Amino acid sequence: MLSRRNFLCRIPLVAGALPAAQALAAEPHAGHMGAAAHLGTVGMVDPASNGFDPQAILRDFDEGVVRGGVREWELVADEKEIEVAPGVKYAAWAYNGRVPGPTLRAREGERLRIRFVNAADHPHTIHFHGIHTARMDGVPDVGAGNIEPGGDTTYEFTAEPFGLHLYHCHSIPLADHIAKGLYGAFVIDPKEGRPDADELVMVMNGFDTNFDRSNEVYAVNTVAFAYQHEPVRVKRDQLVRIYLVNALEFDLINSFHVHANFFHYFPTGTSLEPTELTDTVIQGQGQRGILELRFPYEGRYMFHAHVSEFAELGWMGFFEVV
Amino acid sequence: MEAAAVRRPPAWLAALLPLVLLGALIGVFIAFDAPGLERNGIPVEDVAIERTELHPGEIQLTLQNDGPDAVRIVQAIVNDGFASFTQDDDELGRLDRSQVTVAYPWIEGEAYEVKLLTSTGGTVDKSIDVAAETPEADAGFYGLMGLIGLYVGIIPIAVGMLWLPWMRQLDRRWLRFLLALTIGLLVFLGIDAALEGLDLGASGAESLGGGALMWLGAALAYLVLAGVDGWLSRRGSGGERVALLVAAGIGLHNLGEGLVIGSAYAIGSLALGAALVVGFAIHNTTEGLAIVAPVADRPPRVGRLAVLGLIAGAPAVLGAWIGASAFDPSLAAFMFGVGVGAIARVIVQIAPQVRDSAGRLLHPLAAAGLAAGLVLMYATSLLISV
Repeated sequence: MLSRRNFLCRIPLVAGALPAAQALAAEPHAGHMGAAAHLGTVGMVDPASNGFDPQAILRDFDEGVVRGGVREWELVADEKEIEVAPGVKYAAWAYNGRVPGPTLRAREGERLRIRFVNAADHPHTIHFHGIHTARMDGVPDVGAGNIEPGGDTTYEFTAEPFGLHLYHCHSIPLADHIAKGLYGAFVIDPKEGRPDADELVMVMNGFDTNFDRSNEVYAVNTVAFAYQHEPVRVKRDQLVRIYLVNALEFDLINSFHVHANFFHYFPTGTSLEPTELTDTVIQGQGQRGILELRFPYEGRYMFHAHVSEFAELGWMGFFEVV
Repeated sequence: MEAAAVRRPPAWLAALLPLVLLGALIGVFIAFDAPGLERNGIPVEDVAIERTELHPGEIQLTLQNDGPDAVRIVQAIVNDGFASFTQDDDELGRLDRSQVTVAYPWIEGEAYEVKLLTSTGGTVDKSIDVAAETPEADAGFYGLMGLIGLYVGIIPIAVGMLWLPWMRQLDRRWLRFLLALTIGLLVFLGIDAALEGLDLGASGAESLGGGALMWLGAALAYLVLAGVDGWLSRRGSGGERVALLVAAGIGLHNLGEGLVIGSAYAIGSLALGAALVVGFAIHNTTEGLAIVAPVADRPPRVGRLAVLGLIAGAPAVLGAWIGASAFDPSLAAFMFGVGVGAIARVIVQIAPQVRDSAGRLLHPLAAAGLAAGLVLMYATSLLISV
């Protein structure tokens, strides 16, 4: 009797013991799908209230301003509440008011100067992946170190090597500073350039909205299912180049899978020769690579993390080939 | 003359004054929105899931906002995937209730983890250990509940009461032993009901009192029965009074038991089986013994005994109906408390009859009876807690 309720859950049905009960309780039943059921989020995220639109982020490359032979940007870190799934508000930290931060684009060998202003309430940095001096590495206790609230600094280095990199805050606790949104893609084009293409930036990310060290929401470019609700439009037979960055925290790997097609994969984008023709690629934390493909047929083609859990939690979308 | 000239206000007005003043202060405090006090920290979200039902393609949760702040449920996740859902209310104020219906193609027998995301990104979690369809509450269902109540409540108690003729042939010493045994049985039931009630209270809305509801129910039941007993003592005779109280106490206990059975069945977590019914029956037979022990020293009256049996057993049916149609963990905790209080009162009532000729309460035979009662109840409880 002490654990009666536990027991109630465990006793198997003994057929025939209690005729009335048997008649009512023994009717076998498999679960059903209701007619109106669909999987996915309910409602829509308003890009206007977020201040950035995943559709715009896709093709938004920030080439900065060239002054006296030096390419310059200004990045401001600040707190910003963003809507990561319809109705779900997340207290993010953002560079220039968007998550992911602006996609910085330069050419191999150029001199780059990035002024960083910390307008937030916590110390932050920008740590660039690339080849540069220790003082420009954007980590605590080296060079300018942590930039305190209200402070600023300038990072300066040469764009090398060419490829697809990322930048992110390196203040501690590191996982929190990254997971809250302080990251962005950093593209260095080779001197000779790449073939003309419809270029897209996809930063795979996630959000731990209840602070249990695992993500509740997954996405590319922040908003769950953004490209499912509004597919990425591309032209048939045109070369499509995807700059794919994994900025996910708390999960060790992420992946990208495209339906009904294959792509050439250039890990880290540091070679002009692809290493693989595939339809699925895995990236660990901080890993990135360039994908090139053409869609030979019109129609709607799904793309998503082949980590199915991430896909159903928001990292899923469509290409609309026209 | 003088007394009439200086007219004092009536005494009840003086008693009212502090209340009026308190009311006015509360009004001012609310009107000016807690002057001088500032809210510290971010909103606290605390939502209890009171009831879970599974229907084809649907998981239905009844929520109660248990925290001080309003909560908005904005998304639903089932087993690591967003799922579409509908809800009664977009926003739950303090102690508000709402039903959330998640569309999901669940599979019978599998486990599910439901997470409701709030507007702040917080989660309300619910585990479903074994998915099974929640039975529809129709006439057949209520008939089934009645049948269960009959099997586990009324029949075993009636059978237990058939010990009466045998008990009447025992001498006083052994009758005292049986009364002590009855107390042992009741102590076990009381402890069990108290634990169950605390458990249920903890699973319900904390703001409604949680486990404290069990103690409240116990205290109230004890006081009410003590009052009723005092009133009865001016009428009927001692033994029958005690028998009636024992029956009422056990009845209240069985009401709580019925509640749990009914609710477990209603949410599909009760698989009815012969072993369960047999277990309950053996267990509850001892309750019949407890009812007739106090009246063993007088000639039995069949009609009266039948009434006693019904008072003790029928509430199981009633409880099953209530539990199946309107189960609420907080209410159930309170009802279990009522059972505990009733049992406590009954124990106090029976105890004097255990005294031996020397007036000792815990004489060797009584101690043995008590222990035997506890062990007997424990042993039969194993039948239903495998």
